[in-house]
Amino acid sequence: MNAKVTPTPARPLPSLQGYSGEFYGWCGKQELRFQRCGACETFRHPPRPLCPNCQSSNAQWVPVSGKGKVHTWTTVRQALHPGLAADVPYAGVIVELDEGMRIASWVTDIAPEKLQAGLRVQVWFDAISDGFALPKFRVL
Amino acid sequence: MRDKTCIVGTGSTPYTRGTDKPALVLALEASLSAVRDAGIRPQDIDAVILPAGVASGGTAGDFCANFGIRDLHYTASLQEMGGAECVAAVETAALALVGGVASHVLIPMCSLMFSGRRAREPKDASSGFQAADTIRDYYSPYGVQAPAQHYSWMARRHMLLYGTTERQLGAVALAMRRHAQLNPEALMFNVPMTMDDYLASRWISEPYRLLDCCLETDGAAALVMTTSQRARDLKQKPVFVSGVGTGHPYPSLDIPNRTDILEIGLDRAAPRAYAMAGMKPADIDFAEIYDCFTGQTIMQIESAGFCKKGEGGTFVSDGNIELGGTLPVNTHGGLLSHAHNTGMNHIVEAVTQLRGDGGARQVRDAEIGVVTGWGGHAHGSMAIFRN
Repeated sequence: MNAKVTPTPARPLPSLQGYSGEFYGWCGKQELRFQRCGACETFRHPPRPLCPNCQSSNAQWVPVSGKGKVHTWTTVRQALHPGLAADVPYAGVIVELDEGMRIASWVTDIAPEKLQAGLRVQVWFDAISDGFALPKFRVL
Repeated sequence: MRDKTCIVGTGSTPYTRGTDKPALVLALEASLSAVRDAGIRPQDIDAVILPAGVASGGTAGDFCANFGIRDLHYTASLQEMGGAECVAAVETAALALVGGVASHVLIPMCSLMFSGRRAREPKDASSGFQAADTIRDYYSPYGVQAPAQHYSWMARRHMLLYGTTERQLGAVALAMRRHAQLNPEALMFNVPMTMDDYLASRWISEPYRLLDCCLETDGAAALVMTTSQRARDLKQKPVFVSGVGTGHPYPSLDIPNRTDILEIGLDRAAPRAYAMAGMKPADIDFAEIYDCFTGQTIMQIESAGFCKKGEGGTFVSDGNIELGGTLPVNTHGGLLSHAHNTGMNHIVEAVTQLRGDGGARQVRDAEIGVVTGWGGHAHGSMAIFRN
Protein backbone atom coordinates (compact mmCIF):
# COMPACT_ATOMS: atom_id res chain seq x y z
CA MET A 1 0.00 0.00 0.00
CA ASN A 2 1.21 3.47 -0.77
CA ALA A 3 1.84 5.84 2.12
CA LYS A 4 -0.44 8.84 2.14
CA VAL A 5 1.32 11.73 0.42
CA THR A 6 0.60 15.26 1.54
CA PRO A 7 0.70 17.48 -1.54
CA THR A 8 3.34 20.22 -1.37
CA PRO A 9 1.56 23.58 -1.13
CA ALA A 10 2.16 25.79 -4.14
CA ARG A 11 4.48 28.77 -3.93
CA PRO A 12 2.68 32.13 -4.08
CA LEU A 13 2.51 33.41 -7.64
CA PRO A 14 1.75 36.77 -9.23
CA SER A 15 -1.72 37.09 -10.75
CA LEU A 16 -0.25 37.20 -14.28
CA GLN A 17 -3.28 39.29 -15.26
CA GLY A 18 -3.06 42.85 -16.58
CA TYR A 19 0.19 44.67 -15.83
CA SER A 20 1.57 41.75 -13.85
CA GLY A 21 1.07 39.49 -16.90
CA GLU A 22 2.87 42.01 -19.08
CA PHE A 23 5.84 42.39 -16.68
CA TYR A 24 6.35 38.64 -16.15
CA GLY A 25 5.51 37.93 -19.80
CA TRP A 26 8.56 39.95 -20.88
CA CYS A 27 10.58 37.99 -18.32
CA GLY A 28 9.27 34.82 -20.01
CA LYS A 29 11.02 36.09 -23.15
CA GLN A 30 14.24 36.53 -21.11
CA GLU A 31 13.85 40.30 -21.06
CA LEU A 32 13.64 42.58 -18.04
CA ARG A 33 11.47 45.51 -19.12
CA PHE A 34 9.86 48.32 -17.16
CA GLN A 35 7.16 50.83 -17.99
CA ARG A 36 8.66 54.10 -19.19
CA CYS A 37 6.58 57.20 -19.79
CA GLY A 38 6.25 58.02 -23.50
CA ALA A 39 6.05 61.73 -22.71
CA CYS A 40 8.67 62.49 -20.03
CA GLU A 41 10.64 59.20 -20.27
CA THR A 42 10.49 58.52 -16.51
CA PHE A 43 10.63 54.83 -15.59
CA ARG A 44 8.07 53.57 -13.10
CA HIS A 45 7.56 50.42 -11.06
CA PRO A 46 5.25 48.78 -10.07
CA PRO A 47 3.45 49.34 -13.39
CA ARG A 48 0.37 51.53 -13.32
CA PRO A 49 -1.92 53.47 -15.68
CA LEU A 50 -0.51 57.02 -15.37
CA CYS A 51 2.98 58.45 -15.15
CA PRO A 52 3.30 59.73 -11.57
CA ASN A 53 5.58 62.49 -12.85
CA CYS A 54 3.55 63.99 -15.74
CA GLN A 55 0.27 61.97 -15.66
CA SER A 56 0.63 60.84 -19.27
CA SER A 57 -1.04 57.51 -20.01
CA ASN A 58 1.38 56.88 -22.86
CA ALA A 59 3.92 54.26 -21.76
CA GLN A 60 6.20 51.67 -23.35
CA TRP A 61 7.86 48.57 -21.91
CA VAL A 62 11.54 49.42 -22.26
CA PRO A 63 14.38 46.91 -21.73
CA VAL A 64 16.96 47.63 -19.02
CA SER A 65 20.48 46.35 -18.38
CA GLY A 66 19.44 43.81 -15.72
CA LYS A 67 22.40 44.92 -13.64
CA GLY A 68 22.04 46.40 -10.19
CA LYS A 69 23.06 46.22 -6.56
CA VAL A 70 21.70 44.98 -3.26
CA HIS A 71 19.84 47.73 -1.37
CA THR A 72 18.47 45.86 1.67
CA TRP A 73 17.15 42.41 2.50
CA THR A 74 15.38 40.26 5.06
CA THR A 75 16.39 36.68 5.80
CA VAL A 76 13.25 34.63 6.29
CA ARG A 77 13.88 31.77 8.72
CA GLN A 78 10.28 30.92 9.56
CA ALA A 79 8.10 30.44 6.49
CA LEU A 80 4.92 32.47 6.90
CA HIS A 81 3.53 30.95 3.68
CA PRO A 82 3.26 27.14 3.54
CA GLY A 83 4.45 27.12 -0.07
CA LEU A 84 7.83 28.46 1.01
CA ALA A 85 8.49 26.05 3.88
CA ALA A 86 11.06 24.12 1.83
CA ASP A 87 12.89 27.32 0.87
CA VAL A 88 13.82 28.66 4.33
CA PRO A 89 16.18 30.21 5.03
CA TYR A 90 15.99 32.56 2.06
CA ALA A 91 16.63 36.27 1.68
CA GLY A 92 13.98 38.54 0.16
CA VAL A 93 16.31 41.12 -1.37
CA ILE A 94 15.55 44.60 -2.70
CA VAL A 95 17.73 45.07 -5.78
CA GLU A 96 18.34 48.59 -7.07
CA LEU A 97 18.76 48.45 -10.83
CA ASP A 98 21.28 50.70 -12.53
CA GLU A 99 18.32 52.56 -14.08
CA GLY A 100 17.06 53.42 -10.58
CA MET A 101 14.01 51.20 -10.14
CA ARG A 102 14.02 48.76 -7.22
CA ILE A 103 12.45 45.32 -7.14
CA ALA A 104 12.04 42.55 -4.61
CA SER A 105 13.84 39.38 -5.70
CA TRP A 106 16.26 36.63 -4.71
CA VAL A 107 20.02 36.49 -5.22
CA THR A 108 20.28 32.79 -5.83
CA ASP A 109 24.00 32.00 -5.73
CA ILE A 110 24.95 33.41 -2.34
CA ALA A 111 24.10 32.44 1.24
CA PRO A 112 21.91 35.02 3.00
CA GLU A 113 24.56 35.68 5.66
CA LYS A 114 27.04 36.68 2.93
CA LEU A 115 24.83 39.43 1.50
CA GLN A 116 26.12 43.00 1.66
CA ALA A 117 24.68 46.36 0.72
CA GLY A 118 25.99 47.42 -2.68
CA LEU A 119 26.77 43.87 -3.86
CA ARG A 120 26.62 43.93 -7.69
CA VAL A 121 24.11 41.51 -9.24
CA GLN A 122 22.82 40.49 -12.67
CA VAL A 123 19.34 39.26 -13.56
CA TRP A 124 18.43 35.74 -14.71
CA PHE A 125 14.98 34.33 -15.44
CA ASP A 126 13.34 31.45 -13.59
CA ALA A 127 10.45 29.99 -15.63
CA ILE A 128 7.23 29.70 -13.59
CA SER A 129 4.65 28.73 -16.20
CA ASP A 130 4.10 28.78 -19.93
CA GLY A 131 5.37 32.14 -21.18
CA PHE A 132 6.11 33.58 -17.73
CA ALA A 133 9.27 33.83 -15.63
CA LEU A 134 10.36 35.43 -12.36
CA PRO A 135 13.41 37.69 -12.53
CA LYS A 136 16.07 36.54 -10.06
CA PHE A 137 19.66 37.61 -9.63
CA ARG A 138 23.18 36.21 -9.43
CA VAL A 139 26.27 37.86 -8.06
CA LEU A 140 28.04 39.74 -10.86
CA MET B 1 -8.87 72.61 15.81
CA ARG B 2 -6.38 73.03 18.69
CA ASP B 3 -7.97 72.00 22.01
CA LYS B 4 -11.48 72.35 20.61
CA THR B 5 -12.35 68.68 21.09
CA CYS B 6 -11.59 66.11 23.73
CA ILE B 7 -11.88 62.50 24.76
CA VAL B 8 -14.38 62.18 27.59
CA GLY B 9 -14.90 58.43 27.74
CA THR B 10 -12.90 55.25 27.18
CA GLY B 11 -13.76 51.60 27.52
CA SER B 12 -11.95 48.34 26.92
CA THR B 13 -12.75 44.65 27.04
CA PRO B 14 -10.09 42.31 28.42
CA TYR B 15 -7.48 41.32 25.82
CA THR B 16 -7.17 37.59 25.25
CA ARG B 17 -5.61 35.02 22.98
CA GLY B 18 -8.77 33.43 21.69
CA THR B 19 -12.41 34.43 22.04
CA ASP B 20 -15.82 32.96 21.27
CA LYS B 21 -17.32 36.42 20.83
CA PRO B 22 -17.85 38.01 17.44
CA ALA B 23 -16.19 41.38 16.80
CA LEU B 24 -19.49 43.24 17.00
CA VAL B 25 -20.24 41.91 20.49
CA LEU B 26 -16.79 42.93 21.75
CA ALA B 27 -17.14 46.36 20.11
CA LEU B 28 -20.55 46.82 21.78
CA GLU B 29 -19.15 45.85 25.20
CA ALA B 30 -16.26 48.31 24.92
CA SER B 31 -18.58 51.03 23.61
CA LEU B 32 -21.05 50.58 26.46
CA SER B 33 -18.24 50.90 28.93
CA ALA B 34 -16.98 54.05 27.12
CA VAL B 35 -20.35 55.87 27.17
CA ARG B 36 -20.83 54.95 30.84
CA ASP B 37 -17.34 56.26 31.55
CA ALA B 38 -18.38 59.52 29.86
CA GLY B 39 -21.63 59.63 31.81
CA ILE B 40 -23.85 59.67 28.72
CA ARG B 41 -26.26 57.18 27.11
CA PRO B 42 -25.84 55.32 23.81
CA GLN B 43 -28.67 57.37 22.30
CA ASP B 44 -26.66 60.56 22.93
CA ILE B 45 -24.13 59.38 20.34
CA ASP B 46 -24.77 61.05 16.97
CA ALA B 47 -21.65 60.09 15.04
CA VAL B 48 -19.73 56.84 14.71
CA ILE B 49 -16.26 56.62 13.16
CA LEU B 50 -15.08 53.12 12.35
CA PRO B 51 -11.33 52.64 12.10
CA ALA B 52 -10.42 49.65 9.97
CA GLY B 53 -13.84 49.71 8.31
CA VAL B 54 -15.86 46.62 9.01
CA ALA B 55 -13.17 45.03 11.22
CA SER B 56 -15.06 46.53 14.17
CA GLY B 57 -17.93 44.15 13.48
CA GLY B 58 -20.04 45.49 10.65
CA THR B 59 -21.06 48.78 9.10
CA ALA B 60 -21.88 51.88 11.13
CA GLY B 61 -25.54 51.08 10.50
CA ASP B 62 -25.12 47.58 11.93
CA PHE B 63 -23.35 49.02 14.93
CA CYS B 64 -26.00 51.71 15.59
CA ALA B 65 -28.89 49.27 15.29
CA ASN B 66 -27.26 46.97 17.84
CA PHE B 67 -26.13 49.77 20.18
CA GLY B 68 -29.41 51.71 20.20
CA ILE B 69 -28.22 54.86 18.48
CA ARG B 70 -31.47 56.45 17.22
CA ASP B 71 -30.31 59.46 15.22
CA LEU B 72 -26.96 59.16 13.50
CA HIS B 73 -25.80 62.50 12.01
CA TYR B 74 -22.47 61.44 10.65
CA THR B 75 -20.44 58.32 10.00
CA ALA B 76 -17.13 57.46 8.32
CA SER B 77 -15.16 54.25 7.86
CA LEU B 78 -11.41 54.54 7.49
CA GLN B 79 -9.67 52.10 5.17
CA GLU B 80 -6.19 51.21 4.01
CA MET B 81 -4.15 53.00 6.71
CA GLY B 82 -4.22 49.94 8.99
CA GLY B 83 -2.63 50.72 12.32
CA ALA B 84 -2.67 54.45 11.59
CA GLU B 85 -6.47 54.45 11.54
CA CYS B 86 -7.32 54.79 15.25
CA VAL B 87 -5.44 58.09 15.53
CA ALA B 88 -6.80 59.09 12.10
CA ALA B 89 -10.30 58.40 13.47
CA VAL B 90 -9.63 60.93 16.25
CA GLU B 91 -8.82 63.46 13.51
CA THR B 92 -12.03 62.60 11.64
CA ALA B 93 -14.07 62.85 14.84
CA ALA B 94 -12.51 66.22 15.67
CA LEU B 95 -13.38 67.50 12.19
CA ALA B 96 -16.99 66.38 12.60
CA LEU B 97 -17.23 68.05 16.04
CA VAL B 98 -15.54 71.31 15.05
CA GLY B 99 -17.62 71.37 11.86
CA GLY B 100 -20.73 71.19 13.99
CA VAL B 101 -22.27 68.14 12.33
CA ALA B 102 -21.96 65.97 15.47
CA SER B 103 -21.91 66.48 19.23
CA HIS B 104 -20.95 63.08 20.69
CA VAL B 105 -18.74 60.85 18.56
CA LEU B 106 -18.07 57.19 19.29
CA ILE B 107 -15.00 55.41 17.92
CA PRO B 108 -15.22 51.63 18.49
CA MET B 109 -12.33 49.37 17.54
CA CYS B 110 -12.22 45.61 17.77
CA SER B 111 -9.24 43.52 16.64
CA LEU B 112 -9.45 39.76 16.33
CA MET B 113 -5.75 39.45 15.64
CA PHE B 114 -5.63 36.01 17.24
CA SER B 115 -8.98 34.47 16.29
CA GLY B 116 -9.59 36.30 13.02
CA ARG B 117 -7.51 36.75 9.91
CA ARG B 118 -3.83 37.10 10.79
CA ALA B 119 -1.87 40.06 9.46
CA ARG B 120 0.54 37.60 7.86
CA GLU B 121 -2.18 36.12 5.62
CA PRO B 122 -2.43 37.58 2.12
CA LYS B 123 -5.25 40.03 1.49
CA ASP B 124 -7.48 39.82 -1.55
CA ALA B 125 -5.90 41.86 -4.29
CA SER B 126 -7.92 44.08 -6.55
CA SER B 127 -7.44 46.20 -9.67
CA GLY B 128 -3.88 45.18 -10.40
CA PHE B 129 -2.22 48.42 -9.31
CA GLN B 130 -3.05 48.86 -5.63
CA ALA B 131 -1.04 48.15 -2.49
CA ALA B 132 -2.43 44.61 -1.99
CA ASP B 133 -1.59 43.85 -5.63
CA THR B 134 1.97 45.01 -5.10
CA ILE B 135 2.37 42.45 -2.34
CA ARG B 136 0.71 39.66 -4.35
CA ASP B 137 2.40 40.38 -7.68
CA TYR B 138 5.83 41.70 -6.75
CA TYR B 139 6.76 40.65 -3.16
CA SER B 140 4.96 37.35 -2.44
CA PRO B 141 6.58 35.41 -5.32
CA TYR B 142 9.82 36.00 -3.39
CA GLY B 143 8.33 35.03 -0.05
CA VAL B 144 7.86 38.54 1.31
CA GLN B 145 4.17 38.94 2.06
CA ALA B 146 3.87 39.64 5.80
CA PRO B 147 4.56 42.80 7.83
CA ALA B 148 7.36 41.06 9.79
CA GLN B 149 9.09 40.56 6.45
CA HIS B 150 8.61 43.78 4.50
CA TYR B 151 9.06 45.98 7.58
CA SER B 152 12.31 44.17 8.30
CA TRP B 153 13.61 45.47 4.95
CA MET B 154 13.42 48.89 6.60
CA ALA B 155 14.97 47.70 9.86
CA ARG B 156 17.90 46.16 7.96
CA ARG B 157 18.36 49.40 5.99
CA HIS B 158 18.35 51.36 9.26
CA MET B 159 21.07 49.06 10.59
CA LEU B 160 23.12 49.36 7.38
CA LEU B 161 22.87 53.16 7.23
CA TYR B 162 23.10 54.09 10.89
CA GLY B 163 24.75 51.14 12.60
CA THR B 164 21.66 50.34 14.65
CA THR B 165 22.30 47.08 16.53
CA GLU B 166 20.24 44.05 17.44
CA ARG B 167 20.64 44.92 21.12
CA GLN B 168 19.12 48.31 20.40
CA LEU B 169 16.12 46.58 18.81
CA GLY B 170 16.06 44.44 21.93
CA ALA B 171 16.07 47.53 24.16
CA VAL B 172 12.65 48.43 22.74
CA ALA B 173 11.24 44.98 23.45
CA LEU B 174 12.68 45.02 26.97
CA ALA B 175 11.29 48.46 27.85
CA MET B 176 7.80 47.45 26.70
CA ARG B 177 8.05 44.23 28.72
CA ARG B 178 9.19 46.08 31.85
CA HIS B 179 6.24 48.44 31.56
CA ALA B 180 3.89 45.48 31.15
CA GLN B 181 5.06 44.20 34.56
CA LEU B 182 3.34 47.28 36.03
CA ASN B 183 0.08 46.67 34.15
CA PRO B 184 -2.07 43.74 35.35
CA GLU B 185 -4.15 44.06 32.14
CA ALA B 186 -1.12 43.32 29.95
CA LEU B 187 -0.90 39.92 28.27
CA MET B 188 2.75 39.79 29.32
CA PHE B 189 2.14 40.80 32.97
CA ASN B 190 4.18 38.43 35.14
CA VAL B 191 6.18 37.30 32.10
CA PRO B 192 9.47 39.19 32.50
CA MET B 193 12.15 39.18 29.81
CA THR B 194 15.92 39.66 29.81
CA MET B 195 18.26 40.63 26.97
CA ASP B 196 19.40 36.99 26.91
CA ASP B 197 15.76 35.88 26.47
CA TYR B 198 15.44 38.37 23.63
CA LEU B 199 18.63 37.23 21.89
CA ALA B 200 17.66 33.58 22.32
CA SER B 201 14.21 33.97 20.76
CA ARG B 202 13.86 32.34 17.35
CA TRP B 203 14.37 34.18 14.09
CA ILE B 204 11.25 35.10 12.16
CA SER B 205 12.67 37.28 9.42
CA GLU B 206 16.11 38.73 10.14
CA PRO B 207 16.73 41.19 11.67
CA TYR B 208 13.45 40.36 13.44
CA ARG B 209 13.20 37.67 16.07
CA LEU B 210 9.97 36.50 17.65
CA LEU B 211 10.40 39.07 20.45
CA ASP B 212 10.72 41.93 17.94
CA CYS B 213 7.15 41.21 16.82
CA CYS B 214 3.94 42.49 18.41
CA LEU B 215 1.41 40.22 20.08
CA GLU B 216 -1.64 38.84 18.29
CA THR B 217 -4.65 39.21 20.59
CA ASP B 218 -8.44 39.60 20.59
CA GLY B 219 -10.27 42.48 22.21
CA ALA B 220 -11.99 45.83 21.74
CA ALA B 221 -11.82 49.40 23.00
CA ALA B 222 -13.82 52.55 22.31
CA LEU B 223 -13.55 56.30 22.73
CA VAL B 224 -16.20 58.97 23.22
CA MET B 225 -15.27 62.42 21.93
CA THR B 226 -17.10 65.72 22.23
CA THR B 227 -16.47 69.45 22.02
CA SER B 228 -14.46 71.10 24.77
CA GLN B 229 -17.46 73.26 25.60
CA ARG B 230 -19.78 70.29 26.09
CA ALA B 231 -17.09 68.46 28.10
CA ARG B 232 -17.44 70.97 30.95
CA ASP B 233 -20.77 69.34 31.86
CA LEU B 234 -19.50 65.76 31.76
CA LYS B 235 -18.11 63.75 34.62
CA GLN B 236 -14.59 62.95 33.43
CA LYS B 237 -11.61 65.24 33.34
CA PRO B 238 -11.38 65.94 29.59
CA VAL B 239 -8.31 64.98 27.58
CA PHE B 240 -7.94 67.60 24.85
CA VAL B 241 -6.89 66.94 21.26
CA SER B 242 -4.26 69.67 20.91
CA GLY B 243 -2.99 68.53 17.56
CA VAL B 244 -3.54 65.66 15.15
CA GLY B 245 -2.29 64.81 11.69
CA THR B 246 -1.94 62.00 9.20
CA GLY B 247 0.63 61.43 6.48
CA HIS B 248 1.68 58.96 3.82
CA PRO B 249 4.94 57.84 2.27
CA TYR B 250 5.24 58.22 -1.51
CA PRO B 251 4.36 56.08 -3.30
CA SER B 252 2.25 54.46 -0.60
CA LEU B 253 1.59 51.33 -2.68
CA ASP B 254 5.21 50.19 -2.84
CA ILE B 255 8.10 50.22 -0.35
CA PRO B 256 11.19 49.58 -2.54
CA ASN B 257 10.59 52.45 -4.98
CA ARG B 258 10.45 55.23 -2.43
CA THR B 259 13.34 57.63 -2.87
CA ASP B 260 14.26 56.75 0.73
CA ILE B 261 12.69 53.53 2.01
CA LEU B 262 13.08 54.88 5.55
CA GLU B 263 10.70 57.76 4.72
CA ILE B 264 7.42 57.05 6.51
CA GLY B 265 4.03 58.69 6.79
CA LEU B 266 4.83 59.97 10.26
CA ASP B 267 7.56 62.21 8.78
CA ARG B 268 4.69 64.25 7.34
CA ALA B 269 2.06 63.65 10.03
CA ALA B 270 4.19 64.75 13.00
CA PRO B 271 4.97 68.31 11.82
CA ARG B 272 1.26 68.81 11.07
CA ALA B 273 0.29 67.68 14.56
CA TYR B 274 2.95 69.84 16.25
CA ALA B 275 1.93 72.87 14.15
CA MET B 276 -1.73 72.44 15.07
CA ALA B 277 -0.85 72.09 18.76
CA GLY B 278 1.69 74.90 18.73
CA MET B 279 4.10 72.52 20.44
CA LYS B 280 7.49 70.92 19.88
CA PRO B 281 8.89 67.49 20.78
CA ALA B 282 10.53 68.84 23.95
CA ASP B 283 7.05 69.67 25.30
CA ILE B 284 5.99 66.01 25.34
CA ASP B 285 5.94 64.10 28.64
CA PHE B 286 5.34 60.58 27.28
CA ALA B 287 4.62 58.81 24.00
CA GLU B 288 2.55 55.80 23.03
CA ILE B 289 4.31 54.70 19.83
CA TYR B 290 2.80 52.16 17.41
CA ASP B 291 5.22 49.35 18.24
CA CYS B 292 4.19 46.75 15.68
CA PHE B 293 7.90 45.85 15.54
CA THR B 294 10.94 47.11 17.42
CA GLY B 295 12.58 48.73 14.38
CA GLN B 296 9.38 50.56 13.46
CA THR B 297 9.29 51.93 17.02
CA ILE B 298 12.80 53.36 16.63
CA MET B 299 11.90 54.87 13.25
CA GLN B 300 8.80 56.55 14.67
CA ILE B 301 10.67 57.94 17.69
CA GLU B 302 12.93 59.65 15.15
CA SER B 303 10.13 60.78 12.84
CA ALA B 304 8.14 62.22 15.75
CA GLY B 305 11.17 64.41 16.43
CA PHE B 306 12.32 62.96 19.75
CA CYS B 307 15.81 62.46 18.31
CA LYS B 308 17.50 62.90 14.94
CA LYS B 309 17.21 60.36 12.12
CA GLY B 310 19.70 57.61 12.75
CA GLU B 311 19.99 58.30 16.48
CA GLY B 312 16.96 56.26 17.51
CA GLY B 313 19.00 53.17 18.34
CA THR B 314 21.11 55.06 20.88
CA PHE B 315 18.04 56.90 22.17
CA VAL B 316 16.30 53.65 23.10
CA SER B 317 19.38 51.86 24.46
CA ASP B 318 20.22 54.82 26.70
CA GLY B 319 17.03 54.22 28.67
CA ASN B 320 15.14 57.31 27.55
CA ILE B 321 12.02 55.31 26.72
CA GLU B 322 11.65 53.65 30.11
CA LEU B 323 9.38 54.92 32.88
CA GLY B 324 11.57 57.43 34.69
CA GLY B 325 13.44 58.23 31.45
CA THR B 326 13.21 61.45 29.42
CA LEU B 327 10.37 60.07 27.25
CA PRO B 328 8.54 57.07 28.69
CA VAL B 329 7.22 55.08 25.71
CA ASN B 330 4.29 52.66 25.81
CA THR B 331 3.61 52.85 29.50
CA HIS B 332 1.01 50.04 29.22
CA GLY B 333 3.43 47.64 27.53
CA GLY B 334 2.51 48.48 23.95
CA LEU B 335 1.60 46.14 21.13
CA LEU B 336 4.69 44.15 22.07
CA SER B 337 3.65 43.31 25.64
CA HIS B 338 0.19 44.72 26.47
CA ALA B 339 -2.08 43.72 23.56
CA HIS B 340 -2.70 44.48 19.89
CA ASN B 341 -5.86 46.42 19.25
CA THR B 342 -4.52 48.19 16.18
CA GLY B 343 -3.32 51.01 18.43
CA MET B 344 -6.62 51.84 20.12
CA ASN B 345 -5.09 50.57 23.36
CA HIS B 346 -2.40 53.26 22.94
CA ILE B 347 -5.01 56.03 22.87
CA VAL B 348 -6.82 54.56 25.88
CA GLU B 349 -3.48 54.45 27.73
CA ALA B 350 -2.71 58.09 26.88
CA VAL B 351 -6.10 59.07 28.36
CA THR B 352 -5.39 56.94 31.44
CA GLN B 353 -2.07 58.71 31.95
CA LEU B 354 -3.52 62.18 31.41
CA ARG B 355 -6.29 61.48 33.90
CA GLY B 356 -3.59 60.44 36.37
CA ASP B 357 -5.04 56.94 36.61
CA GLY B 358 -1.86 55.07 35.63
CA GLY B 359 -1.27 53.57 39.08
CA ALA B 360 2.14 51.91 39.34
CA ARG B 361 2.97 52.96 35.78
CA GLN B 362 1.82 56.58 36.10
CA VAL B 363 4.16 59.14 34.49
CA ARG B 364 4.63 61.77 37.17
CA ASP B 365 3.06 65.15 36.39
CA ALA B 366 2.02 63.97 32.91
CA GLU B 367 0.38 66.85 31.07
CA ILE B 368 1.06 66.23 27.39
CA GLY B 369 1.25 62.90 25.59
CA VAL B 370 1.74 61.77 21.99
CA VAL B 371 0.15 58.76 20.29
CA THR B 372 1.37 57.58 16.90
CA GLY B 373 -0.13 55.17 14.40
CA TRP B 374 1.58 53.14 11.67
CA GLY B 375 -0.09 50.88 9.15
CA GLY B 376 -0.16 49.40 5.69
CA HIS B 377 3.04 50.29 3.89
CA ALA B 378 4.02 52.89 6.55
CA HIS B 379 1.05 55.23 6.57
CA GLY B 380 1.37 57.41 9.65
CA SER B 381 -0.69 59.39 12.12
CA MET B 382 -0.01 61.33 15.29
CA ALA B 383 -2.12 62.96 17.96
CA ILE B 384 -0.99 65.25 20.76
CA PHE B 385 -3.22 65.09 23.82
CA ARG B 386 -3.13 67.29 26.92
CA ASN B 387 -5.06 67.40 30.17
